[in-house]
Amino acid sequence: MTKQRFRSFASALALGASLFATQALAKSDITIAMQLEPPHLDPTSAAAQAIDSVVYTNIFEGLTRFMGDGSVVPGLAESWEISEDGTVYTFKLRDGVTFHDGSTMDAEDVKFSLDRATAEDSANAQKALFAGIETVEVVDPLTVRVTLKEPNGNFLFNLAWGDAVIVAPESIENIKTNPVGTGAFTFADWVQGDSITLNRNPDYWGEQPALETATFKFISDPTAAFAAMMAEDVDVFDNFPAPENLPQFEADPRFQLLVGSTEGETILSTNNKQAPFDDILVRQALAHAIDRQAIIDGAMFGYGTPIGTHFAPHNPAYVDLTGDSAYDPEQAKALLAEAGFPDGFETTLHLPPPSYARRGGEIIAAQLSEVGITAEIINVEWAQWLESVFKGKEFGLTIVSHTEPMDIGIYARPDYYFQYDSTDFQALMNTLNSTTDPDERTRLLGEAQRLISTDYVNGYLFQLAKLGVAKAGVQGLWVNAPTAAIDLTAISWDE
Amino acid sequence: MLRYALKRLLSLILSLAVASVVIFVVIEIAPGDPASFMLGVNAQADTLAALRAELGLDVSKAERYFNWVGGMLVGDFGTSYTYRTPVSQMIADRMWVSLPLAIYALTLSTLIAFPAGIYAAARRGKPGDVAVMGATQLGIAVPNFWFAMMLVLVFAINLRWFNAGGFAGWENGLWTGLRSLTLPAIALALPQAAILARVMRSALLDILSEDFMRTARAKGLSHRQALWRHGVRNALIPVLTIIGLQFSFLLAGSIIIEQVFYLPGLGRLVFQAISARDLIVVESVVMLLVFAVIMVNFMVDLAYAAVDPRLRSRT
Repeated sequence: MTKQRFRSFASALALGASLFATQALAKSDITIAMQLEPPHLDPTSAAAQAIDSVVYTNIFEGLTRFMGDGSVVPGLAESWEISEDGTVYTFKLRDGVTFHDGSTMDAEDVKFSLDRATAEDSANAQKALFAGIETVEVVDPLTVRVTLKEPNGNFLFNLAWGDAVIVAPESIENIKTNPVGTGAFTFADWVQGDSITLNRNPDYWGEQPALETATFKFISDPTAAFAAMMAEDVDVFDNFPAPENLPQFEADPRFQLLVGSTEGETILSTNNKQAPFDDILVRQALAHAIDRQAIIDGAMFGYGTPIGTHFAPHNPAYVDLTGDSAYDPEQAKALLAEAGFPDGFETTLHLPPPSYARRGGEIIAAQLSEVGITAEIINVEWAQWLESVFKGKEFGLTIVSHTEPMDIGIYARPDYYFQYDSTDFQALMNTLNSTTDPDERTRLLGEAQRLISTDYVNGYLFQLAKLGVAKAGVQGLWVNAPTAAIDLTAISWDE
Repeated sequence: MLRYALKRLLSLILSLAVASVVIFVVIEIAPGDPASFMLGVNAQADTLAALRAELGLDVSKAERYFNWVGGMLVGDFGTSYTYRTPVSQMIADRMWVSLPLAIYALTLSTLIAFPAGIYAAARRGKPGDVAVMGATQLGIAVPNFWFAMMLVLVFAINLRWFNAGGFAGWENGLWTGLRSLTLPAIALALPQAAILARVMRSALLDILSEDFMRTARAKGLSHRQALWRHGVRNALIPVLTIIGLQFSFLLAGSIIIEQVFYLPGLGRLVFQAISARDLIVVESVVMLLVFAVIMVNFMVDLAYAAVDPRLRSRT
């Protein structure tokens, strides 16, 4: 049997099978693959995105929540009022919400969750989100009053993070292995190293989801990921690790491709305190030496949007500043000569494991050598990267995708690993934090983007794409990733 | 025999002690802090300190070493930093995949290698021998993960006889479990079978030129009878040694195959734990594997002594 004929034979079989399927009930289970396994299932005490992918909005819910388009909508809080001065938030909670163990979700649980996050011995990986909270008071079982130390225009946004979900004191002890939340799915089983299964929660306060069961499978090897999809062992791959294989899925009618954007600004992080990068001319030269499109094409096979600053292009407040650092090797050489490095210099380029860094790093090193800069490539594991680059600040250059949403504020932290210390920028961020007027915020955010662009703090490369692959019949998947999440509530099979 | 066994036992204990120190030092020297790995880039200093204290990482390295070794002596392997479940339980769970996989692969490799090796030896220099030797050369040269990918391509993606990976679990029946281990076991077995077949062949050829083989022929046995009755039996000694080594290799060395087939086995556990700096898991699993290898060698030593009386008397 020739390959072609085999294909048509197979698709005839598939057609027969799908005809048969329409006779039967619509499929109500799904197997979703992801690359990394969560270490445990408590989103409030770890940074691992894999935890949020499994539990966010499925098992645990917060007072507010992200939608697939990045907007923030009411979650367990039905509505809220904000005082005139912007420091007091009064949340009205939904009535009749219960945890999976049957206990009622009320104002006490909200107070417990927020107090736990802000406590001295809190293990919350994003403690800074809650730093502005002064007190949390229970007004009545369905009303909570949160008082902030100063106005914070981001507060409702912060509460939508997976790190801010509502947990119950009754079930907190075993939350890591037996998570008990309020969501539309309950935790069923975890075969460590293999899969996690969730079941529909019949007592869910909101609309019942179409899915009855969802299984998350962990497949880290890119080749295995391809095989699992092709053999239809899994229905969805949340973020497919091998962009080079995507054309094959695109050409195959059995599959659909969901190319969207993440919150990951992929940057060539530059140690602003280390010579010669403490000289803005050198940083500017670096920016002009880099050809973004070549990196996107070479490392990501064309998937990714070029950025000229540390901001997500899909955000309405984004300003396209790629022109500030347009590819111009001649200008880069001239700038290097002006800075006193006519023959270039040597530096180090630390590359963590993801392919955007390893593949992108090779290309960047080649581009830098065009203008005379010799970058020694050092491949590191994440743990090592955190230790020596992030904490120890022993690096010249490194490539990393900053995946936290709306994280331009990190440029206001002079001790942050790239060590950008600008009083102008810090003042700007302070103004922004106390501004609640949306138009004024947009203007300030634009100003902040311009400032870090023309200060050439880092080499801004591209917005990391989210590359979802799914069987053709799956509907309701998030295309973009405003936060790490696989929202099961909207997923259904095409009938 | 007893003195010999005691001597081997002493060297076993010494090896284990040395191994524990080496493992601990090597793993602890590598940079990377489990707490900052878990909490990521936005973690605050006080949060990190709280987590370190919770994980017991705030005591001296020497103290941690003795806690670890002391725990292992009473069967307590500690608690995983990332999963927060007892390491012994994690190992036991993963064993249910790795051990059957190793046994399955070893069985397959023996089933392939014995006939192939005997056939080649019996037909030395003839086309059959050349064909088998050529195939084994190929089997040794090609890495097992390549076999794995080819098997997946043919049997999982095109023919759909098997799943491309994953482990179905023993609770769904023996056949379901075995089925999901079949492709990985074949991928693991082929290179091992190639080695084993060559060993079998050369061991047989050595024996065929021995005096007792001539005697066997002289007393009236046919070539084939002599080969089976005296040849194969004597060739088993070197072959068993290789099988012992291969078993430890299969148990410890299936990391890549477990990745390719995403099987929740020991290899994958170590792989994940290394990248998460889950030091206690890495240390305990590696120690366990060392223990397994040393134990297998110990058994093989004893088996030698039982088989070959000269070994006993010499010590």
